[in-house]
Amino acid sequence: MTPALRLTALRLTDFRSWAQLDQGFSGRIVVIAGENGAGKTNLLEAISLLTPGRGLRSARPGDPARRTAEARAPAWGVVAGLEGPQGPVQIATGTTPEAPDRRAFRLDGTQVRTQAEVSAHVAAVWLTPQMDALFQENASGRRAFLDRLAWALEPHHAREVAAHDNAMAQRNRLLAEGRRDDRWLAALEDAMARHGVAATATRRSLIARLNALLAAGTLGAFPRARLGMVCAIAAALDAAPALAVEDKLRADLAANRPVDAAAGGARIGAHRADLTLAQADSGIPAEQSSTGERKALLVATVLGHAGLIAADRGFAPLLLLDEVAVHLDAGRRRALFEALAVLPAQSFLTGTDLDVFAPLAGAAEGFCASPGILAPAEGFPPPLAS
Amino acid sequence: MQEPGFPEAEARLCQGMAFPPPPHLPNDPIERLIALLGRLPGYGRRSARRAVLRMLTEPDRLMLPLADALTMAAEAVVPCAICGNLDSQSPCHICADERRDRHLICVVEGVADLWALERANAHRGTYHVLGGVLSALAGMGPEQLAIQPLVARIEAGGVEEVILALPATVDGAATGHYLSDRLRPMGVRVTGLAQGVPMGGALDVLDEGTLAAAWRARRDI
Ligand SMILES: [Zn+2]
Repeated sequence: MTPALRLTALRLTDFRSWAQLDQGFSGRIVVIAGENGAGKTNLLEAISLLTPGRGLRSARPGDPARRTAEARAPAWGVVAGLEGPQGPVQIATGTTPEAPDRRAFRLDGTQVRTQAEVSAHVAAVWLTPQMDALFQENASGRRAFLDRLAWALEPHHAREVAAHDNAMAQRNRLLAEGRRDDRWLAALEDAMARHGVAATATRRSLIARLNALLAAGTLGAFPRARLGMVCAIAAALDAAPALAVEDKLRADLAANRPVDAAAGGARIGAHRADLTLAQADSGIPAEQSSTGERKALLVATVLGHAGLIAADRGFAPLLLLDEVAVHLDAGRRRALFEALAVLPAQSFLTGTDLDVFAPLAGAAEGFCASPGILAPAEGFPPPLAS
Repeated sequence: MQEPGFPEAEARLCQGMAFPPPPHLPNDPIERLIALLGRLPGYGRRSARRAVLRMLTEPDRLMLPLADALTMAAEAVVPCAICGNLDSQSPCHICADERRDRHLICVVEGVADLWALERANAHRGTYHVLGGVLSALAGMGPEQLAIQPLVARIEAGGVEEVILALPATVDGAATGHYLSDRLRPMGVRVTGLAQGVPMGGALDVLDEGTLAAAWRARRDI
């Protein structure tokens, strides 16, 4: 089955190491090999920025503008041609010299009003080597990972999280300034409660559905993964209807004003949620698993997620797998390649060594990256147009 | 540098803008005109240049009448002492109109929203312009907004319903919550526009049909 969402063309202008790149893609699996510093990850980052948010490097809007020893480009741009469920669509994003710190989106040449318009056409999920440490670090990275998964399922999720965090930042400011305007605080706590419960409900539903899919064991040799969430609001939603949870949250926030003012932040809220990941059969959590097992758990999560989104929204997110083979043994590598070949999602894989991708010859389109150049890789011709 | 007499309200608007006006104006008359036009919303430098070029081809027909109209508007237009609308008279022609229903006050963030609602022909009552929405991060608190004058209008009696036509953003919703909390104990009904106003959307960019539909479906907050 051809994936319902495919990236068919990519044009980069002054994006990180790429002064200019114009490249078409026709494979459902695209592999890019090259030394460190060849710009492979930059390419994946450019694709990740076709969706709202900060992309796979958590970049600020102006960051990707190309730098050389002498100067910095005044703006950057990424233009992508995509084949989507509703036909071809062009998404462009980048900054302008007049507004170098504001990232804008265009959809088929027209400026979008809300970023959700873009999310309706494209989704992307990524795994990077930095995420190997996801379960050793603090909760914010895990929450961001969870939110990206939830966002691909429900385009409005990002807006709910942003609205919650915005209201919380304003409440923090009022509390920090010692400004006890109860009416104003209550208005912000109302927003925190409404958006926080909505965001939590989406996270919770994503986890339940992904767990059901992963438990079915469709991913062959991968260890079965099980996700969980540590979150007071989610626990409350297990026991009470959403409106009751909102009311309770409003009341708790109001009661917590003095302690929150002293602590410099809200003790309860959707911003405190944490994601857990464990091997389903043994129950061993990711943080106690080996590096290879942990990577396999993350890969299983991302692949399962792609299947879930494809079934739900009619198209799967683009899978951006940076240096994904590094910690996988030969058996799991094979399982990954087999899973990618049948998954209804287009995937982009990078690695320093083309040989790692040898089992994909004939199935994948391959490229060799060197600074500023992307060349077809021998033995990985573009698949015949179908 | 601001010109002397730069109105305070305008200065406040510029503070909230992502790109404040450039600090100085060029001396060349054409460049100066382009720079001034380019400060206006909806005008980039390129469209300002195009407009100026077009005017210069027919100064008598396009330019001098415009200069007169600008002078006249700048001298004649004042904020309405009752509702904050901008008009050549105070009270404005809406507040002065005997046929408008004084039981209904529609609260808007800015004059642009008031004009958008008038274009949509949605409201038969009067208006109240807040001059912004609550935003702790932008330093806009209740005392920076025209909330006290609104309270005074309600205290004066005769108001039955306050319709909040505020932007569908976190700040717009928080302002609505705040006002509802403040005004309801005064015995007025407080309603808001229904869903259909997209989140993050400003009223004055909505088409008139959408605005009128949201208006008809308003409900208690
Ligand atoms: Zn008036």
